[in-house]
Amino acid sequence: MTRYIFRRLLQAIPTLVGISIISFFLAYSAPGDPISMYNFDPKATPEALEMLRRQIGLDQPVPIQYVRWMTGVSLRRGDHAAEFQTDDTRCRYLASLDLTTCDSGKGVIRGDLGMSLQTKQPVWDRLVERMPATLELGVTSLLLALVIGVPLGVLSAVYRGSIFDNIVRFLSVVGQAVPNFWMGIMLIFVFGVILGWLPTGGRQTVSLTQEFDLADRIRHIILPATVLALGGIAIFSRVMRTETLEVINTDYIRTARAKGLGYSAVYFVHAFRNSLIPLMTLLGPAILGVLSGAVVTETVFAWPGMGRLTIAAVFQRDYPLVLGSVMVFSFLTIMGNLLSDILYGVVDPRVRLE
Amino acid sequence: MSVTQVSGDRIPPAVESAEAVQLRRKPQTYWSMALSSLRHDKLTLTAMAYILLMVIVTASAGPISRTLVGVGPNDTNPENAFQQSYLGPYIQWRLGTDPMTAPLMLGRSGGVPHWLGTDQLGRDQFVRLLYGGRVSLSVAIVAATISLLLGVTVGTIAGYFGGVVDDVIMWFINTVVSIPTIYLLIIVAAIYSPSPLVLTLFLGFLGWFGTARFMRGNVFRVKALDYTLAARALGARNRRIMWSHIVPNSIPVIVVVTAIDVGVLILTESVLSFLGLGIQPPTATWGNMLNRARNFLFLVDPVTGKPQAIHLLIWPGLLITLTVLAFYLIGDGLRDALDPTLKNKK
Repeated sequence: MTRYIFRRLLQAIPTLVGISIISFFLAYSAPGDPISMYNFDPKATPEALEMLRRQIGLDQPVPIQYVRWMTGVSLRRGDHAAEFQTDDTRCRYLASLDLTTCDSGKGVIRGDLGMSLQTKQPVWDRLVERMPATLELGVTSLLLALVIGVPLGVLSAVYRGSIFDNIVRFLSVVGQAVPNFWMGIMLIFVFGVILGWLPTGGRQTVSLTQEFDLADRIRHIILPATVLALGGIAIFSRVMRTETLEVINTDYIRTARAKGLGYSAVYFVHAFRNSLIPLMTLLGPAILGVLSGAVVTETVFAWPGMGRLTIAAVFQRDYPLVLGSVMVFSFLTIMGNLLSDILYGVVDPRVRLE
Repeated sequence: MSVTQVSGDRIPPAVESAEAVQLRRKPQTYWSMALSSLRHDKLTLTAMAYILLMVIVTASAGPISRTLVGVGPNDTNPENAFQQSYLGPYIQWRLGTDPMTAPLMLGRSGGVPHWLGTDQLGRDQFVRLLYGGRVSLSVAIVAATISLLLGVTVGTIAGYFGGVVDDVIMWFINTVVSIPTIYLLIIVAAIYSPSPLVLTLFLGFLGWFGTARFMRGNVFRVKALDYTLAARALGARNRRIMWSHIVPNSIPVIVVVTAIDVGVLILTESVLSFLGLGIQPPTATWGNMLNRARNFLFLVDPVTGKPQAIHLLIWPGLLITLTVLAFYLIGDGLRDALDPTLKNKK
């Protein structure tokens, strides 16, 4: 098992490198460049901008920029090589204009995702600051999806063909078709505006002290977590229904019934445990769904997480921040898939993880 | 001498035995079987009818809006912003229950019947929905076609040749799939601030991974079947085996995946437009109409205290949901119809 996890972690490295190449080249091969955000900055004279462009390395070919972003090693050749050291006077000049920081970064492989162009803070710090909010929302909605979706699926298999079953099946199709953001807006409208029961956005009520208030937090998370959980509920209930139906028709269930066990014992102890197995394989896609949905849901509900930060960064053309956040989200996705595979092996002893 | 007499004289009335009738029955092909099972599937037929209706209505957005409304999608009328739906008052007017509201609304809008109300610039929502639907639908359908072509080609190649080719292609696909697609699209959309054409291309080029995976799996299955071996034994080349044996036998899978794909693409396009990264206003799409409307969520009529912009939120969202739902249902229905092995399971 340990060896399996270790090997999977090793395998994740080339995948992450691949992801970094794809997203970096997509971002930096585009027309226009990241420092166009300084165009309206009165301190940014054309000369300063030109200097800044060379300082950041934007005058270099994209592959060379990539190597520098990745490893922190500048492949700049020729006369300019020495000129743009971090202790260079030009760099100090630019930093004094508040256009850059003189730290060129250690490179992604040493855990340095670079500097945010907007705030001149390390990208990593900005992401870490927002990470708890995103994880809080993601974990809550995953749990919600499991707690609601799984029983719905089992019950709809048990009462197969009933009105309840039909309603659940219909809703699980609809649940996948409704756009998350629309659902969010409508819920805000109904529960926030019309009824006034729940807050319309944010993670907690803004106050001077900002002290932790659990009830307030829960009130804030209900709507976004519900919206984010919808897709998961739909998929979980659908798969649980199919699986339970399959398990119900097996011999050992018939045996359990024959020896006089009650329905609930058979369905929720015997059948349930075995229909959980395929659910584990769905966990990976579900985590992916939650991470993707985070962007939209966080935007709709003004949730201060990484997704909303990314969208803001996109509009500010803060490329290092966008790339850093894509890397972090991809890493989380890969870890989610790994977790799902490991759990699969734990739940189903027939699966040998090697 | 009448015609009937002539024919009556020459051709004796045909009396056929039951066996002959049975023999003359048309042979049931795979497609006719699928069609006949589809004919009994009311839900799928309804979904298909809905999509057909949407395609026709949005394709003729021009004539429809000229005759029913009389304004274009970008004609503004700031004095008549946030007018409520005219449809309800109109019906009440015709029925004689409320003779006041409808004529008053007409007066305010300068005689233009805004069936589904107007937005913040006084543009007609009904007309914008029609034009927006045209953009949303065609972006999704064209992008789905691109990803279909790419996915089938790449998937077939990977599955057919196996080995190193397969390893490389699958590594690439698994890598890209590990990036939540929405982030890739956000990078791309933000940087290229797309026109409908560019957005379509990107959606197509970033959307084929699922199709390729499905296709690859199916190719593995078909490749192991005897008729592939027979074709090879007869001396068929790789390309021939791929295009005349493997791809046609994967059509059911392809059709189902593509139908669902169109639905997913409509959702994706609306999400991007909603985030403000998709097709830019004033070109209407269902997604960016919602993006604008979201800002007016809290807008309340100062006199009556009623929310003013809720009609701008309901209609585009409802249309997206129904359209995506229809494509999903068509996908499900086609899966049942095209897969004969599923027939006895229901």
